[in-house]
Amino acid sequence: MAGALSLPLPRSRAINTTLVRVGTYTLVRGVTLFCTTAVGVYLTILVANMGGYVDQIKRAEIREQVALWASLSNEMRRLPQDVRERVIAQMIRVEEQRLGLDRPFLVRSVIYLRDALLLRLGFAERMTSDVGSRLVRQIILDRLPPTLLLFATTQILLFFVSVALALRLARRYGSLQDRLVVALAPTSTPPAWFYGIFLILIFAAWLRWLPFGGMVDAPPPEGRLAYALSVLKHMVLPVLSLTLTSIFLSIYSWRTFFLIFSSEDYVEVARAKGLPGHLVERRYILRPTLPTIITSFALGLIGAWTGAIVLETVFNWPGLGRALYQAIGLFDTPVIVGSTILYAYLLAITVFVLDIVYAIVDPRVKVGLGG
Amino acid sequence: MGGVLRELLRDRSALCGLVLIGLLVGLSVYAVVAIPYHEAIRLWRGGETLWQENPRNARPEWVNWFLTNDLPRTIVVDSQVAPHEERSAGGSVREVRTILGFHYPYARFPSELAVFFEANYAQQAPQVELTWRTPDGGEIRLTELGVGRRDVYRISSDQRLQQELGGRPDVVLFANPDKPQDVRPGRYALGVRAYLFEPGATLRVRLVVYGEVYGIAGTDHLRRDLSLALLWGTPVAMAFGFVAAVGSTLSTLGIAALGAWYGGWVDGLIQRVTEVNLILPGLPILILVATLYSRSIWVMVGVVILLGIFGGGIKTYRALFLQVKESPYIEAARAYGARGWRIVFAYMVPRAVPVLVPQFVTLIPGFVFLEATLAVLGLGDPLLPTWGKVIEDAYRAGALYVGQYYWVLEPAAMLVLTGGAFTLLGFALDRITNPRLREL
Repeated sequence: MAGALSLPLPRSRAINTTLVRVGTYTLVRGVTLFCTTAVGVYLTILVANMGGYVDQIKRAEIREQVALWASLSNEMRRLPQDVRERVIAQMIRVEEQRLGLDRPFLVRSVIYLRDALLLRLGFAERMTSDVGSRLVRQIILDRLPPTLLLFATTQILLFFVSVALALRLARRYGSLQDRLVVALAPTSTPPAWFYGIFLILIFAAWLRWLPFGGMVDAPPPEGRLAYALSVLKHMVLPVLSLTLTSIFLSIYSWRTFFLIFSSEDYVEVARAKGLPGHLVERRYILRPTLPTIITSFALGLIGAWTGAIVLETVFNWPGLGRALYQAIGLFDTPVIVGSTILYAYLLAITVFVLDIVYAIVDPRVKVGLGG
Repeated sequence: MGGVLRELLRDRSALCGLVLIGLLVGLSVYAVVAIPYHEAIRLWRGGETLWQENPRNARPEWVNWFLTNDLPRTIVVDSQVAPHEERSAGGSVREVRTILGFHYPYARFPSELAVFFEANYAQQAPQVELTWRTPDGGEIRLTELGVGRRDVYRISSDQRLQQELGGRPDVVLFANPDKPQDVRPGRYALGVRAYLFEPGATLRVRLVVYGEVYGIAGTDHLRRDLSLALLWGTPVAMAFGFVAAVGSTLSTLGIAALGAWYGGWVDGLIQRVTEVNLILPGLPILILVATLYSRSIWVMVGVVILLGIFGGGIKTYRALFLQVKESPYIEAARAYGARGWRIVFAYMVPRAVPVLVPQFVTLIPGFVFLEATLAVLGLGDPLLPTWGKVIEDAYRAGALYVGQYYWVLEPAAMLVLTGGAFTLLGFALDRITNPRLREL
């Protein structure tokens, strides 16, 4: 409505105000998203440290280690009682200082937050990367490719297959295929690992066709081709379970979405004009729904990571999800925070980029006008 | 509402879902009434002594319907119903002879053999001599032992006997002498000769020939009856799903209504918190809380609700409430002096509840599976038997590797049944109440 009132503006000024509008919006949005991410990461830091309780665990561990060392060391045993106690106390203090435990937790949590936001991920406390490095960055980079391989492949595959099939079904609304997909939509309730267990049961335990889990055969086969084939063989079941858990619901919801759009007046008009079906689909259905499609694809790609924890554990897949699960089990806070910040940043950046894309692509979105 | 209900009853899949939900609710009520909460925990966590007469990893009994050769059932022979003779053996010593006879009709060997003793005495423990009698009248001396007040002699794991017999006792004792791989069916017996040294002393002997099938659900690696976990898993899953779904939707609704009513900074704050919440990775936080704080299922429900309060639904509800806020009945309420909180919770929220019903029905299965997901990660409730815990136990014990499929399939079937029932109903409700889908 605001657009209708400001109609008589000259063209160049209109572009200028649009630029300013989009610019301010971008800035405000960016700052808000950054603050949001910071708060989210800080909350994760608080939870991951149990509000400081992990410190107590660490302190107890230091005490135990020092006491153990003292009881095994011959030199220590020779010292008189009071000197020995002093030395032990000294060692505990040095160790606590080294880990920064002498400062209050709240102060450290802020330092943690700063480091996290600057992507200074630091050192893991217990986990190591494949080559034995303790750098959290290295651990994450080691584990990221398998996760990407598995989830990105599946998500991309799923997305294109389901959108294509959904378009087809929207055209043949009420056909047998259509009704079949509607009937099968509830199959998406169980999570991927649940299908995983069934697939393992059938294809690995019963038929012995495919491996139970892992990413390559042990020992890894020689040669690139053999290696790739082995990885492919190990990917079949996880990819299949990811597909089963979402394919029908995804086709169903895209089909419903397209159906709602194909009953819009302008689509009817295009049809009435006698445009061929595929042109109507491309220009009048896909084009206006593109922002929604992109959003759903991008968010799906990032969100898939959360499901990775269980699926990778069930399939023994050496990815980020399983690493996170291991890190939680080992109280390895830096790794937990590192993975979380990666996720939070990815999500925030995606949302940000999507917002900008919306503002530019979709003429219906009026940004920066108090909406 | 009445119209929706009528339509639901006409819809086949909705009816199917409703019937299933009814059955599950019935099962839950039965579980809670028949086996009280503490009794269920005691049975599930009480240790192996509670279940020692059950076979380990036994399949459910109904697998026999599909097999040509029946898997053996467990046979228990009690000395209290067996013939026995007693005579004095000088002084206060009595000799009691008992024959624990039983018919063994199966073509497969039993999985284990054990003798349980319950002795009553003041000072001197009874002395027992055990012999095995095969159908052709042969006798094999098993062992001689003094028995405590509650004692077990596991024939299958007696190393000395195994050496004497030249093979696993539970195989050799039942084998056909001509074809040692085959069972010789027929009447077997355990001869017990006990010496009781005190006048008031008593001895009860029970022979347990462990089978390979048990009950309607089979047993796990700790000999526990799986039907207990399947039965008790029902109320736990239903309660978890229902409380989490209702809790998170209702709280979201309340928050959205507050935001819509008060507007201004309240609304802004709510929107910002919602955005922060979207950044927080839900499952990892649940796992963190479970690992670091408590794995109790009620704590989990709490965290799920907390994470759900500022969930994605808030924007939809906010839009709805912005409309509701302007409707005449709210104005009327204000006109006679109703204030903020009263308007929000007595007038606005109830108005939106019908819209909410399909929403939370579709949420329930997700939460039911969430409980199982946490359990599979080893973060299930430490006390209660749940379906997820059973799957986790099976997975840990490598049930899929060794072919104990029933162990995984039974809880999985229960999960599918529960999830499916609510999903069917939810989809039907969505079809009926969502006008956009209806026009199509």
